[in-house]
Amino acid sequence: MEGSISFGSMKVLRQNLDPLIHARVRLGIVSALAAGETLSFRDLKTLLKTSDGNLSRHARKLEKAGYVECIKSFQNRIPLTEYRLTSKGGAALSAYVEQMERMLKMARAVTPD
Amino acid sequence: MIIGNGPISHRSTPSEEQASEHLRFIRDVMERSASFTAVPGWGMFVVGITSLLAAWIAAVQASPEGWLTVWLIDAAIAVTVAIFTLRRKARRCGVSLSSGPGRKYILTLAPSMVAGLLLTVALWRAGNLDVLPTMWLLLYGVGTITGGASSVRTIPLLGICFMVLGVVSLFVPHVWMDVLLALGFGGLHIGFGLYIARRYGG
Repeated sequence: MEGSISFGSMKVLRQNLDPLIHARVRLGIVSALAAGETLSFRDLKTLLKTSDGNLSRHARKLEKAGYVECIKSFQNRIPLTEYRLTSKGGAALSAYVEQMERMLKMARAVTPD
Repeated sequence: MIIGNGPISHRSTPSEEQASEHLRFIRDVMERSASFTAVPGWGMFVVGITSLLAAWIAAVQASPEGWLTVWLIDAAIAVTVAIFTLRRKARRCGVSLSSGPGRKYILTLAPSMVAGLLLTVALWRAGNLDVLPTMWLLLYGVGTITGGASSVRTIPLLGICFMVLGVVSLFVPHVWMDVLLALGFGGLHIGFGLYIARRYGG
């Protein structure tokens, strides 16, 4: 009985998972910005150990969705690209973490010790 | 890492292991993004050596002004070495000093250094140089602890050691001040610098 209730709830949770941050690089970007205020493109690249192209592609998707804000400036005449998490992005990460925690609880509840 | 590069299919519910892996990944990235790891160990080591020399030269100065001049020159050398090695290591590690944890590290470390400089000028003008070693040790300790909060774990420990020396300096005769400064700015920097250089790659 417990298993069937959990299965239904799991299905709802699964359907509600945010596809935008349910990918390693994008989840990494959002998580890093949640802790690090603003981070440069270079910081994120080093942190997530990914290529310029891959990071750029994923960051653009998040920017398009309004999850991150891209700030372009110059430092010593060198272009500097920084990212900052928006309130929408912060809320999306919180919701995602909450969903994962609930899934974890449910999975533990149906898994015999 | 279980989670892949692309989106995980929504047809499959993450298992217990996958869900906990996702949460672990988020925690790990958050911890690493908030931590500044480009602290220059070799820079600290060099600063330690110059401070030992400064302590030796300062101890044989005939006048308090001569003593202060030696330590101010050493401070200028130390700041130059620190900036140069910090920038070099940050560049090598691919981290920025103008954003994220790098900026936080500098912004938390710098105020106590500036306060120390301004109070040094004020106390020199008031003719009260006796309290300078205690103030330098305590303020440097404070700055290192706060700066270290966003850096590697060793840095706050270094700050605590400086503060302990600062407290000790309150209870020992003035003739011991150069020894305490040598122990702090010399010995601690050399010891911790070597540890950081070995443990954190330079």
